[in-house]
Amino acid sequence: MEMSLFAIMVSTILVNNYVFARFLGICPFLGVSNKMETATGMGFAVTFVTTLASIITYIIQNTILNTLGLQYLQTIVFILVIASLVQFVELALKKISPGLYSAMGVFLPLITTNCMVLGVAILNIQEGFTLLQTTVNAVGASLGFFLALILISALREKMDIADIPEALAGFPITLIAAGLMSIAFTGFAGLV
Amino acid sequence: MTNIINPVVVLGGLGLLFGVLLSIASKVFVVEVDPKVEDVLNALPGANCGACGYPGCAGCAVAIAQGKAPVTACTIGGQKVAENVADIMGVNAAQMDRNVAAVLCQGDCDKAKDKYVYQGLQDCRIQATLAGGQKECSYGCLGCGSCFDVCEFNAIRMINGIAVINKENCTACNKCVEICPKKIIEMVPYDSTAIVKCKSEDPGKLVRGYCSTGCIGCQICVKNCPTEAFSFENNLARINYEKCINCLVCVEKCPTNAIDNSSIVSEEFAREFAS
Repeated sequence: MEMSLFAIMVSTILVNNYVFARFLGICPFLGVSNKMETATGMGFAVTFVTTLASIITYIIQNTILNTLGLQYLQTIVFILVIASLVQFVELALKKISPGLYSAMGVFLPLITTNCMVLGVAILNIQEGFTLLQTTVNAVGASLGFFLALILISALREKMDIADIPEALAGFPITLIAAGLMSIAFTGFAGLV
Repeated sequence: MTNIINPVVVLGGLGLLFGVLLSIASKVFVVEVDPKVEDVLNALPGANCGACGYPGCAGCAVAIAQGKAPVTACTIGGQKVAENVADIMGVNAAQMDRNVAAVLCQGDCDKAKDKYVYQGLQDCRIQATLAGGQKECSYGCLGCGSCFDVCEFNAIRMINGIAVINKENCTACNKCVEICPKKIIEMVPYDSTAIVKCKSEDPGKLVRGYCSTGCIGCQICVKNCPTEAFSFENNLARINYEKCINCLVCVEKCPTNAIDNSSIVSEEFAREFAS
């Protein structure tokens, strides 16, 4: 049965959240969630790259790889696409909006190594989505990532000023919080 | 054979395609960078200390190249860097006024009285929150060495309960000035020898009670200075370094030695910095 677009959206944002349920993209999730501001910047950049990468990889998979029977090249080709795309975004952003470029700083090139971008692209193919569904799934996945990033950075800003036992302060309490949040997200299971 | 050729062609082709697209994009989206920026950046020390007030050496280089900052903007690089930068920018480097940090307090363990014994964390900022610190004088150096901890240039030592600065090592990076909770570290010209080393704004009688080397507001320096470099406000003598001719009359006349000749260093000072 074909999933409706709305179902895909809800599923990928809440039920199968890429960070909390599929554990992809953990590195930027922990690395750039210190402050709400940087988290937002990262969220936007990832949304843009994931969506574009999903569409392009979908087209390449169906036009080139499938027709030539080269499905085993999927991973390396997709990575090539993502890396080029990130490079392109960086170039374009530098010209069009230097302000945004300097605000995002090192996070832009870091998206290349964000496994969520590759994960979304590959899962799109595995699920047998159409191009429209792929786009919706990619947007949903990035929004889910965005949501996770915003939630954890809001928590971390509070935890910075909270009186936390020394042994737990900093990274340990962040990991515990992330774990609890992940458990909380299992509450959405069965929604779709 | 197609088993090999196909993947090679596909992968190579895609790589080539993206490469060509990216190189076109880099031409389309080219951002003009002033070549001076890079030259200036190479001339700067590259310590990214932030003393110039810009975010790192790159930020400073941009500001200098655009003329927003003087060629002498880099304080830690000193005269040599300023000259190199001036060459690149095609201007003459003015003689750089070198500033150094000075601790404006001489109230060490022997000279200043304590109000209580502090046994907490060795950090001035924490001590200062406890009734202004352990010294009776609410303006003086607390002696926990927060400035010593932040100094990256080996220019500060704690001697007998107060901080002293070796002006030869000081690069005017401003870190100690910023961290001192009592605000008693100030920038003074490197060439100035007479420095009023007291910040107490209490009346003279009070000062005399808790510190044997504080400014008691007698105004002898104001009266004796040949160039009228001294002014007197809020019970404290202040010196205008631009008017001072380093005649050192004030140092001789000051009854409490609150005005210090900074070119004379104590034995202990020399020993500390020799090690």
